[in-house]
Amino acid sequence: MPKWFQPATLVCGLMFAATPFVIASAPYESTMGLVQKVFYYHMPSAWMFLGSSIVCGIASVRFLASGDARHDRTALAAAEMAVLFGLLTLVTGPLWARKAWGTWWVWDARVTSSLVGWMIAWAYLILRQYGGPGSEKLAAGLALFGMANVPFIYISVNYWRTIHPATTVVPKLPFSMGFPLIFCLAAFTLLLVLLMKLRMRVAEQQSRLDSLYLSLDEQR
Amino acid sequence: MIRAVWLIVRKDVTVEVRSRELAYTTVFFAISCVLVFAFSLVQEGRAAPGVGPGVLWMAIMFAGNLALGRTFERERQSETLRALMLVPAPRPAVYLGKLAGIVVLLTLTEIVLVPLVALLFQAELLSHPFWLAAVVLAGTFGFASVGTLFAAMLVRARSRDVLLPVLLYPITVPVLIAGVRATVAIAQPDFDADIVRFWFALLVAFDVVFLTLALWTFEPVMTD
Amino acid sequence: MTSVDFEEVSAEDVSRHFGRRRAVSRMTFRATRGMILGLLGPNGAGKSTLLAMLATLLRPSSGTIRYGTFGLSGGAALRARIGVLGHDLFLYPELTARENLAFFAGLYGIADGDGRARAALERAGLETRGDDPVASFSRGMRQRVALERALIHDPRLALLDEPFTGLDDASSGALLRRLRTLRESGAIVILATHDLDLAEGLLDHALFLREGRIVESVVTPGGLRSTYRSVIGR
Repeated sequence: MPKWFQPATLVCGLMFAATPFVIASAPYESTMGLVQKVFYYHMPSAWMFLGSSIVCGIASVRFLASGDARHDRTALAAAEMAVLFGLLTLVTGPLWARKAWGTWWVWDARVTSSLVGWMIAWAYLILRQYGGPGSEKLAAGLALFGMANVPFIYISVNYWRTIHPATTVVPKLPFSMGFPLIFCLAAFTLLLVLLMKLRMRVAEQQSRLDSLYLSLDEQR
Repeated sequence: MIRAVWLIVRKDVTVEVRSRELAYTTVFFAISCVLVFAFSLVQEGRAAPGVGPGVLWMAIMFAGNLALGRTFERERQSETLRALMLVPAPRPAVYLGKLAGIVVLLTLTEIVLVPLVALLFQAELLSHPFWLAAVVLAGTFGFASVGTLFAAMLVRARSRDVLLPVLLYPITVPVLIAGVRATVAIAQPDFDADIVRFWFALLVAFDVVFLTLALWTFEPVMTD
Repeated sequence: MTSVDFEEVSAEDVSRHFGRRRAVSRMTFRATRGMILGLLGPNGAGKSTLLAMLATLLRPSSGTIRYGTFGLSGGAALRARIGVLGHDLFLYPELTARENLAFFAGLYGIADGDGRARAALERAGLETRGDDPVASFSRGMRQRVALERALIHDPRLALLDEPFTGLDDASSGALLRRLRTLRESGAIVILATHDLDLAEGLLDHALFLREGRIVESVVTPGGLRSTYRSVIGR
């Protein structure tokens, strides 16, 4: 049994429990109806998206400064996670917005910043995929710029009037709604950590395989 | 360092004066962009109100992308960028020299663009010329400081033509927003200096942060 | 800038790979002042990658390159002592030969750039064409300008990638003479070529490369062609 099997089972259990049990048992919100429940997916994904973007930025800076390939593997895994969770955020967001604000898409500060951030994460992966040899350095430069850009994007987009619910509503939620939210946050966090670990393992094995391949070539 | 920057700028200007390729293609491309926007946005002989500033900045960013790609294509042709990386001057000098050349080229393009957009879209862009010049220059500088680094580092990459806008546009979103908002505020009949000042300050902050970062990252991303 | 000088260049166990492709594999050699070292081998043997590493443009994946007592960290001061003739010539076609030479002389911090450019044009035998744009030159003329550009700052180490490409017999003869003068002046010359006839009798030391490896190392070589045939084939 591989050593990641137990954590993987745990995370799967938590994730599978989330929808049918925890979220289903949360109270039915009268004005929003069933759609409100997408929030239990939306907010955790958004947080994971933000978290993995930050990890990608920091790892990229460390890679640029030290040239250590380990940081590069972390950054790559985090960028893939950012694209994944960013996609979840951007799909679930409009579902919620349609009911809450009456339109699928609003040019709200956080929505727009997320979209731009998600595009940068995707550009990072595109660059690594199609940039050819040496593109990991370039991608790290892009990630650094993307990270430094966050305040600028946020401030500039903020001037377009914000209608997003402030994060302060969360502690005010009744326990019956707060518990499923925290449960989902925890489950998503564990999912992110697990996926990151697995992805980094793949990258590490790839680089080990590369060096084995090279040393084989040596002995010929 | 300053001497190396100056030599590179002078070399770029000499090359450009002789071939005029970049200036012609960039200016003409910018004009074509404006015309494309005009045909899609002008209806029944009237431009939709308030689109002028947006058209101006879109044209700047499209033309800027083209100019960046072409400048570095020129340095790639006989691998002269490698030769520049070999000289004993500090490597960021190469970045600064190329950046200065791009800013000059884009400023020239804007001198043509601004009156053209003002004319075709009935925008009162020139009511506060000094503010407009300051905003346009600060925005151009920010766009070019990120663009020069990206274009330089993509010289070695495959499919660089497509990758440059893919990387550059998301990063320069704040420049676009701040530039357009400030220009809209300038073109408004009831001019509000505070709004313009806010966006201008944002642009200057962007310029400072990204110029510093680019100077720091140029050396590591250019050595393999 | 502190000045850097060195008596020899040495590579020890130097490798460079790109992903899984090993371009240069565990090369070890030494080149001292007043010596012309030849890198001989077919395309893809790793000659250009090795030259790029010696020029400080590429970092070795493993192994060390030393310039006398200096390592690759010599930085700008080290770059000031290295001259590189690239396969792509490193010249701006829109500029004249004189402008190209003066531009690079300036970047190498030479005070009298114009004087240096004039002398270089003379050595290239192009005094009369100095004010024509390089784009109008034949390949051979460009090659001669490019060589003088690479040597404009009297480098201690000259790295030449295929310097004989596109040269006619007269120009090749001039280049051979130029390389011998360079050797006498105490420079270290490392050149990559696959033109064995021209390299014959010029080299003090020849390294035969194949698939990123040194397969044969010969001091004061003669009969390059037969050695080449036996170690590399075809």
